[in-house]
Amino acid sequence: MEQNIALELKNITKTFGNVIANKNVSLKVRKGEILSILGENGSGKTTLMNMVSGIYYPDHGQMFIDGKECIIASPKDAFNYKIGMIHQHFKLVDVFSAAENIVLGLKDEKGFDMPNYIEKIKEITEKYGFELDLQKKIYEMSVSEKQTVEIVKVLFRGADILILDEPTAVLTPQETVKLFKVLKNMRDSGKAIIIITHKLHEVLTLSDYVTVLRKGEYAGTVKTSETNEAELTEMMVGKKISLNIHRSVPENTCDRLVVQKISCMNREGTKVLDDVSFTAKSGEILGIAGIAGSGQRELLEAIAGLGHLDEGKIIYNDPKSGKEENLRDKTPLQIRQMGVRLAFVPEDRLGMGLVGNMDIVDNMMLRSYKKGKSVFLQRKAPKSLAEEIIERLEVVTPSANTPVRRLSGGNVQKILVGREIASSPTVLMAAYPVRGLDINSSYTIYNLLNEQKEKGVAVIFVGEDLDVLLELCDRILVIGSGRVTGIVDGRSATKEEIGLLMTKSSEQHDEE
Amino acid sequence: MIATIIQRAVMQGTPLLFGSTGEILTEKSGNLNLGIPGIMYVGAISGVAGSFIYEQSVAVLNPFLAILIPLVCSILGSALMGLIYCFLTVSMRANQNVTGLALTTFGIGIGNFFGGSLIKLVDTDVPSISLSATSTIFKTELPFAHSLGSFGEIFFSYGFLVYVAIIVALISSHVLKKTRTGLHLRAVGESPETADAAGISVTKYKYISTCIGSAIAGLGGLYYVMDYANGVWSNNGFGDRGWLSIALVIFSVWRPSISILGSILFGFLYVIPTYIPNITVSTKILFEMLPYVVTILVLIITSIRDKKENQPPAALGLPYFREER
Repeated sequence: MEQNIALELKNITKTFGNVIANKNVSLKVRKGEILSILGENGSGKTTLMNMVSGIYYPDHGQMFIDGKECIIASPKDAFNYKIGMIHQHFKLVDVFSAAENIVLGLKDEKGFDMPNYIEKIKEITEKYGFELDLQKKIYEMSVSEKQTVEIVKVLFRGADILILDEPTAVLTPQETVKLFKVLKNMRDSGKAIIIITHKLHEVLTLSDYVTVLRKGEYAGTVKTSETNEAELTEMMVGKKISLNIHRSVPENTCDRLVVQKISCMNREGTKVLDDVSFTAKSGEILGIAGIAGSGQRELLEAIAGLGHLDEGKIIYNDPKSGKEENLRDKTPLQIRQMGVRLAFVPEDRLGMGLVGNMDIVDNMMLRSYKKGKSVFLQRKAPKSLAEEIIERLEVVTPSANTPVRRLSGGNVQKILVGREIASSPTVLMAAYPVRGLDINSSYTIYNLLNEQKEKGVAVIFVGEDLDVLLELCDRILVIGSGRVTGIVDGRSATKEEIGLLMTKSSEQHDEE
Repeated sequence: MIATIIQRAVMQGTPLLFGSTGEILTEKSGNLNLGIPGIMYVGAISGVAGSFIYEQSVAVLNPFLAILIPLVCSILGSALMGLIYCFLTVSMRANQNVTGLALTTFGIGIGNFFGGSLIKLVDTDVPSISLSATSTIFKTELPFAHSLGSFGEIFFSYGFLVYVAIIVALISSHVLKKTRTGLHLRAVGESPETADAAGISVTKYKYISTCIGSAIAGLGGLYYVMDYANGVWSNNGFGDRGWLSIALVIFSVWRPSISILGSILFGFLYVIPTYIPNITVSTKILFEMLPYVVTILVLIITSIRDKKENQPPAALGLPYFREER
């Protein structure tokens, strides 16, 4: 029985600087078996698998393949050990056909014989039941077809251990069913398969064993047939830990932003927001929880006037005039001209929030360059604002004239939040404002958000760490696959409750 | 008459064909080499210098050496330019556009400097060097060219470099379309990270294709001096043929086989004003604009039709380095 083990990891540890990505993780996968690696976002699932596929190198620990200890230092080594990984972002050449992509990089003693290759590829697709048109160009393909190309590519190179990173994240329910069918076919023909996922129901339907990771640590391995959703959720989110973030009771709240039944599609035509309604109140922090990519970004962009909506209304209650304004399909500039003071701290700090090559003062001016009547820019006000932010938020920078991209993540975020707060907003939206920040900077940001809340600002906080959301927010909106799956009270809700809500809607989708 | 026009068009088109074939190979690796005009100029002066030294050193030319020496000198000179380009853009990650334009300026400077020096050496009244003996060998036509009437005129009345240009273009086309090397090269230009992940050495492909491409382009310069200009080198005589080559790359939507016909069309547009009676100088210059106008039209049409295969390589002009993780 134990001879059958295709891949075994023992006590793998990996750190990036001070951040521990994986700590003493062990797992086993046998031939003819599907293993799921389950965990929240940022729990180190992908990092772990990247070590198996040679992209990272572990700090400690051992890897065994077919019972023999091995060292995987590069993707080439992984390939020699017949390990194939299918990443979330496909590596394919758009203008090539499926067949051309599959044979790319192959070194073959014999000549370049395309018809012969196509024969061989067809054997593979028939064996496992893939549906694939080999002559079709990648740019004409759907995401699911591209994924098929990636899987066939690793199989064509003779992989025996397949690792799939969130394979269903981009698939429709029907496509998921198809994928699971071929994965089971591959398992039955003796391949070892590892899938990384955070979707509980997939774990339960597909895999034989589940290894759970929590915040980079090994939380245990269970046999799928002997477990249930509740147990897995508890393993995944763990016990509640106290962070001691100060949280005051909201006072004098009133409805500031009422989002009514908004829906929108992305470029590929899939619904990313589906009938979302909620109210953000002044003097309150509304948390938004959900698996990454469930529509959080689209939601905030729609409110900020950056995205287009297909349906619904976004009503803003002006605190001064008491008027109601519909913000739907307005540009950011129009929104500002209407007197709506909306501040947005986007997820992508240096892409959407600040200009990396410009200094702090110039970045301040991005908000105010339209002020003043002269044709020349007014540099005085932004300069003093920059200096004020540096002093008050303790930004570590050589000077106000240092390009923003040279600062550390925490300092960049302080500048961005500082600028947004300086416009004394009535609504403040922050997407993952503490991502990549150390503890101290994170607390500075939490305190800033709290300060705004006490001033009567309606704060919307998109976060990924459930502990933080539960400590910081007054109410938490849970979003799953673009739908609101629940709104819970931040003081009484539990992590398990939110964890279940996060995964809920995708299951409903499947049953439809 | 028609035969003569076609013949002139082919001769005009040949330097452009060399240039565009070389540039297509380069661009397929994702390197946008705007140094082509300079490289072709260097290819020309290197050939001239080699040939000049050989003509000065022997009394009677050995036809084989008279061709081989300038050919090798030209290839080495222009490949060296390609190597400089690669070193700066691939290894040092300099901006491709700036590097390319700098090489053009540099190449023309080099050409004029050595050209001027050689002119000083021969001590003539005219500001040019004549290598007529070598040129005669380069221009040797196929023996049966004139016995076949206008058919012979159109197809056989050229020096060997014209045929080399067409053969090189056909081979390039075949390599790009049908071979593993071509597939890998295209992958490097389209998506270097994919190529890298597939185990293809991006740097190696970029270096080799750019150097070979430059060498091919340099032959265009050599052809111009030795064949088209009858072995007469004068500074700045090469004109805007380098830029026309780059325009031809776009015109032929990165396909060397289309480039063959494109080069003849460009050549035709270039020579046609000479055959229009009573043409004024200003009208003639208007005619010289035509190849560029046609290129712009092709650009507009291809971007309207938005067929992916007719777009430039996706990673053209972008430096590649594996993300530091």
